[in-house]
Amino acid sequence: MSQSEYAELSVEAASIVAQPGAWARVRRNVSVRIGGAVLLLLALAALTAPWLGTVDPTLFDPASRDLLPGRAGEITTLEGETIQHRFLMGSDSFGRDIYSRVLFGTRVSLIVGVCTALLAVAFGVAFGLVSGFLRRVDGVLMRVMDGLMAIPAILIAIALVAMWKGSLPTVVVAIAIPEIPRVTRLVRSLVLSIREEPYVEAAVSLGTPTALIMWRHVLPNCVAPLIVQGTFICASGILTEAILSFLGVGLSPDIPTWGNVMAEGRAQFNQYPHNIFFPGVFLAVTVLAVNILGDGLRDTLDPKMARRL
Amino acid sequence: MTLGSGGGADMIHGGEPVLEVSGLTIALPAGADRASAVRDVTFDVGRGEIVCLVGESGSGKSVIAQAVMGLLPKPLPVTGGRIVLQGEDITHASPARLRELRATRMSMIFQEPMTALNPVMTCGDQIDEVLQQHTRFAPAERRRKVLDVVREVLLPEPERMIASYPHQLSGGQRQRIMIAMALVLDPVLLIADEPTTALDVTTQAQILKLVLQLQQRHGTGVLFITHDFGVVAEIAHRVAVLRLGDLVELAPKAQLLQRPQHAYTRMLIASVPALRMHERPADPTAPVVLQVKGLNKTYVDRRWFGQHRTVHAAKNVDLEIRRGQTLGIVGESGSGKSTVARCIVRLVDPSSGSVRLGSDDIAELSARALRPLRRRVQIVFQDPYRSLNPRRTVRDAMIEGPMNYGLAREPALQRARQLLEMVRMDAGALERYPHQFSGGQRQRICIARALMMEPELLVADEAVSALDVSVQAQVLRLFEEIRERLNLAMLFITHDLRVASQVCDTLAVMNQGEVVEMGPAHRVFGAPQHAYTRALFAAAPGRDFSFGAGAAAA
Repeated sequence: MSQSEYAELSVEAASIVAQPGAWARVRRNVSVRIGGAVLLLLALAALTAPWLGTVDPTLFDPASRDLLPGRAGEITTLEGETIQHRFLMGSDSFGRDIYSRVLFGTRVSLIVGVCTALLAVAFGVAFGLVSGFLRRVDGVLMRVMDGLMAIPAILIAIALVAMWKGSLPTVVVAIAIPEIPRVTRLVRSLVLSIREEPYVEAAVSLGTPTALIMWRHVLPNCVAPLIVQGTFICASGILTEAILSFLGVGLSPDIPTWGNVMAEGRAQFNQYPHNIFFPGVFLAVTVLAVNILGDGLRDTLDPKMARRL
Repeated sequence: MTLGSGGGADMIHGGEPVLEVSGLTIALPAGADRASAVRDVTFDVGRGEIVCLVGESGSGKSVIAQAVMGLLPKPLPVTGGRIVLQGEDITHASPARLRELRATRMSMIFQEPMTALNPVMTCGDQIDEVLQQHTRFAPAERRRKVLDVVREVLLPEPERMIASYPHQLSGGQRQRIMIAMALVLDPVLLIADEPTTALDVTTQAQILKLVLQLQQRHGTGVLFITHDFGVVAEIAHRVAVLRLGDLVELAPKAQLLQRPQHAYTRMLIASVPALRMHERPADPTAPVVLQVKGLNKTYVDRRWFGQHRTVHAAKNVDLEIRRGQTLGIVGESGSGKSTVARCIVRLVDPSSGSVRLGSDDIAELSARALRPLRRRVQIVFQDPYRSLNPRRTVRDAMIEGPMNYGLAREPALQRARQLLEMVRMDAGALERYPHQFSGGQRQRICIARALMMEPELLVADEAVSALDVSVQAQVLRLFEEIRERLNLAMLFITHDLRVASQVCDTLAVMNQGEVVEMGPAHRVFGAPQHAYTRALFAAAPGRDFSFGAGAAAA
């Protein structure tokens, strides 16, 4: 029997299966679809808010104070005109339209969530790579991170916002900083395991410089877990921003955010629960959607979880 | 399927078989590479008989074992056929009944005893648990039984053994505990799923001997799953060969190994590397490519308190390889053979000694000074699945090295295409990702990637150990061909003596960090001097068996 016939008989040649790529698996995942769809809807609503029957969320009219959901009333524009308006979610004690404030608040929440996640991941990746590859810096850097983790995230955020002032960028930074240690730890542990992989050792023997090894071989293999971690940070960022606003230490009260709307409605919660109910529902649904999306991504992207059949 | 059923002269079984499997078909979930994991498989295991199930990875041999034990994962249902244990049909037995049968009438030992044992329970308690579950013995009686069975698997100091946790024992001792656990209730059927694959060759020989002894003493029927024809030659009465879920041949050992009928069996047996004492005319004047002198590597486990622990991974190693020659390093795990390889490639820094590449000593060079010399030594690793970055195409992997040294993209691609052709891969492979290739194909790509650097020395660190035997034969031939065509020096590290005998001109035997014997391969194989070398050779499974003696004629 000749070699070529042997080669044909070899089982290996016959048993190659094209596995569905990671992207295909992600798209097929039910959690990803549900979470993604809800978020897409919220993002669309946030973008198209001015055309969805809203008025300028800062407008108020003393004549339309404390309206119940669905009531019609009037509201004065900045130009001094008085227009008829249906208050779908009622109005607050200044006579502002809660529907408009909640819808415009979606913008703030989504921006804060996404920006916090991006910022925390960016710094976490940088620190994690340095920490994983330069053993001399590792000890110092990780102790700083440990120290940062020892203080409750909300306290750090409150202190930072108090130090600067409550603008959108400062709030984002203040929320992102306490999240950095977790990303750093994740990246560091990934780097420590990936740098032992034979393909990294092969790159070393191929003469690839360390910086390029990080960029080409280590970082791309961290992407999947980082996306997952990023979504969870996004969810917690949205929550933290709402808490800061609710406590009155976040964005200034006239900016429509869910936290601000709820803070405003707190005093009259007994008579007019809708002030807190609607922004609360939006907040819960958003955070839930982000977390479901994150779970789905983890199941499909994280190799340890994906290994189960 | 009409296949010769048993009845070999070297077999002692009579009466009703312990295990009968007939027409067994197990489906695979939709989207798998084939419809069923195993299809219409029929065989039996007699009392006191050892039946080996052989096949390459993915042939479905472990699935059969799981089916018999009732441990099939949910997505793999039995869709046809019967499994009969001592006359009782257990194909669709209830979980409760199966639980009762396991340990009392059938039991199983696994490949990796460390993961099969519970790390937070002492070994004695784990054996005792089996007794607690299935018997009504009093504690004192149980303890006596546990000690008996531990003594029976020839573990020293039984009292200390049963008080130990799994991590405190060696791999061989753990496997003995597993066997003790499996046999404590004296089952009629023992299923062994690659039980010696993770063990060193000398330990493997001891475990095989133990299984044989116990099986003869108790008359247990054994279904032994393995991929290693050496083990088959040592232990089997009858052999069943599986290919992609089909049982292609079932015959008594001697007949199957020497006069295999099915083409696939013939191919498998022809692929088993023979212990070959080849003597190639070595050119003693060829330039020395690598000279290692007095190489030491010590690992010091520094602690804040208490003693420092020092491990000598390599002690005073001297090696020399000339151009066009292959030096093999053989040894068991922990012998330091990989440490030596990694010192030579400078993936780890040697503690002392010199590593001369031509006229340059690279042992103590700084990373910067080392860079220009790196390209002259390249390495191929053991695990083809982890040797290529999953997120980079084959093209990127291959041109990475030359481009690091200033070669332009076009000529690098040109060379990549030539080398892929040399390792018998299609140039279309360039655009694809590693997961689209099989293990053997990936290993070819890794070899081509190493050759892209035009190295003077190619180090193969267990480069064929993870491959199926037929693929292994192909890759070994490829190594041989490359060494001839490119006139390379090669350092070939392996634990498999048969593999070493195929490719090496010179052989170094390592034990506990030291080279205990070194010389021309045919001399070391033919007349080993050192006691350890002799023990190592004696332990090689199936060494007295000439595989496929009749296969060529068939």
